Amino acid sequence: MDSVFYYSGFYLALIMLLPLYRAIFGPTVLDRLIGVNAIGSKTTVLLIIVGLIYGRVDMFVDIALAYALLNFIAVLAASRYFQKKKGLYEKNPSD
Amino acid sequence: MNYVIIFLLISGLVFFTGGSIGILRLPDFYTRLHPAGKLDTAGQFFTMSAIALFVLQDFSLANFLTATKIVLIVIFVYITSPTATHAIVDAGMRAGLKPWTKEGQL
Repeated sequence: MDSVFYYSGFYLALIMLLPLYRAIFGPTVLDRLIGVNAIGSKTTVLLIIVGLIYGRVDMFVDIALAYALLNFIAVLAASRYFQKKKGLYEKNPSD
Repeated sequence: MNYVIIFLLISGLVFFTGGSIGILRLPDFYTRLHPAGKLDTAGQFFTMSAIALFVLQDFSLANFLTATKIVLIVIFVYITSPTATHAIVDAGMRAGLKPWTKEGQL
């Protein structure tokens, strides 16, 4: 049963590379924000799987809860900050 | 019981895979929010329920509290993930980002 969690954690860490591409090379700022949000929601699961592997789930659950809260606050604050910047996304020269 | 846990874990990982490929391949900012908002929440629900069932296999008070905290994380994510998605869409609409159409024109 432990090997199932090993492989699940490894696969989850591989899957997190795909939103990382969107977070680095995203065309707009909000695309990067989507990538960061997707990575954060996968990290919450990965933290509990790491806790299962180490045998300390009761400690890692608190860290995962704090990480989920921090991810939500970060995305909310960043989207509130970037909504006033008009003309940041349009690339056609007519604007 | 182990087969139920493995089935829930693998179905959650399938949801995560679909969400990641959707974020990578969809053409527009608004369409990319669709897998980011839904499939990550669904995958998180399935994997978290699998881990909570695995923790509850040897029943004691500490393990019950740990499983309760995992359920609380799932409830928190079910509240906050649509809120974050709505905030990102609102930022895109206010910044004047145009939706994608098939011909490349509006």
